[in-house]
Amino acid sequence: MTSTTTLSMALPVEHRDRLMRLAREVSFEAGERLFEEGRRADRFWIIRTGTVLLDLHVPGRRAAVIESLGHGELLGWSWHYAPYVWQLGAETLSPVRAWEFDAEAVRAACARDPEFGRAVATWVGRVVAHRLQASRIRLLDLYAPYGSGTPA
Amino acid sequence: MNDVPVPYQVTGVRRESADTVSLTLAPAGEEALEPFAPGQFAMVYAFGVGEIPVSVSRIGRRELVHTVRSVGAVSAALCALRPGSQVGLRGPFGTGWGLERAAGQDIVVVTGGIGLAPLRPLVLAALAARRAYGRLNLLVGSRTPEDLLYADRIRAWVDSHGPLHCQVTVDRPSPAWWGHVGLVTTLLNSALFTPENTTAYVCGPEPMIRATARDLLHRGVRPERIRVSLERNMRCATGHCGHCQLGGVLMCLDGPVIGWDRVESLLAVREL
Ligand SMILES: Cc1cc2nc3c(=O)[nH]c(=O)nc-3n(C[C@H](O)[C@H](O)[C@H](O)COP(=O)(O)OP(=O)(O)OC[C@H]3O[C@@H](n4cnc5c(N)ncnc54)[C@H](O)[C@@H]3O)c2cc1C
Ligand code: FES
Repeated sequence: MTSTTTLSMALPVEHRDRLMRLAREVSFEAGERLFEEGRRADRFWIIRTGTVLLDLHVPGRRAAVIESLGHGELLGWSWHYAPYVWQLGAETLSPVRAWEFDAEAVRAACARDPEFGRAVATWVGRVVAHRLQASRIRLLDLYAPYGSGTPA
Repeated sequence: MNDVPVPYQVTGVRRESADTVSLTLAPAGEEALEPFAPGQFAMVYAFGVGEIPVSVSRIGRRELVHTVRSVGAVSAALCALRPGSQVGLRGPFGTGWGLERAAGQDIVVVTGGIGLAPLRPLVLAALAARRAYGRLNLLVGSRTPEDLLYADRIRAWVDSHGPLHCQVTVDRPSPAWWGHVGLVTTLLNSALFTPENTTAYVCGPEPMIRATARDLLHRGVRPERIRVSLERNMRCATGHCGHCQLGGVLMCLDGPVIGWDRVESLLAVREL
């Protein structure tokens, strides 16, 4: 498994430049909600600085933090797959600077140029595969107290 | 190196987490072991219970610190020791981390759980000779914030923004947690290093070592510059009994620290 899923490592330069022409610079304060589970996924971000927490709402409890994302990472992939609905919520842990993308504009560019579309799909697929693999390894609970009933 | 255990006295006990304790040991009499290098281990004998391999987690002039996680009979007996108790020590055994190989290079230290213990002396040695190396990174993975070893020291390193670029991630955050959440490999994205000019040191559970080594490799770190520490059952620690064999490698002599180039193919064989 590899976490080499950051934009600079995962997209060939010509496609990266093309994608970046659709970007706009944004910044957020610490503690801002960026999106909510179940809402329409109409944007995504590439984090330049700072940290964003992905969370899941659990009734009667604080939101459970699933993962944190930082420099160079793709924030949000639900915009790429129908029905374009966020699977998790996201909140900034620190002040964050990011590139923001309009999902519809990127999807339209992908539809117009299949080669660009394939490169973006490969990148997003790689991010999803990586997060799945990381979640699987965390499921093993490798550092669990010995004899706590986790897989040997 | 000594074949007969040398008596050492417990001079300090520090509880690191619910199941982990650091023991400071000093020679009980005149006789003392040869100096240890970071990454080497001792065979620690809990009298009347048994003997297990434990790495050094701090190396003093005469004192040694071992950080022990209670997983079974012997480690539990060691974790229950009090100041004044005695243990028997043999060692030093095994290859060290080989910090000198990293001269002039960026250093990336990646640890999971108890794997931070054997790497602490390496980090301290690199900090003490700061100018000999490029950028220093310490990436720490822990199950929960409460399981984090040497928590005060680590927190100070994270906050200081000093010469050591230290980041911590946990699998399960508690409400007051202040850092990252996720697998330790994800911290590599924001670590400061040039892969072609980097030496990496990795210790933790074996699946975490494999995931980290592959990630580093993919980024361009040379396989012989990825130094991992592998645990295998040990008995004699002197190359005689064969308990620690991994393919053609005896981990008590050729390891526990070994280059990824030598073990990658062996770790892919399930029978080993
Ligand atoms: C070179 C080397 C360096 C080591 N350094 C350290 C160190 O710095 N600190 C430390 O705490 N441990 C370290 N260990 C691991 C330590 O030696 C074992 O935890 C110990 O041998 C277990 O013995 P026991 O009698 O307590 O448990 P046992 O009764 O032998 O085992 C109890 C159960 O625990 C399992 N077990 C054995 N080892 C481990 C393990 N490492 N993790 C989880 N479960 C295990 C066994 O499979 C068994 O089912 C090191 C091992 C090696 C080979
Ligand atoms: S422990 Fe006996 S040969 Fe290695």
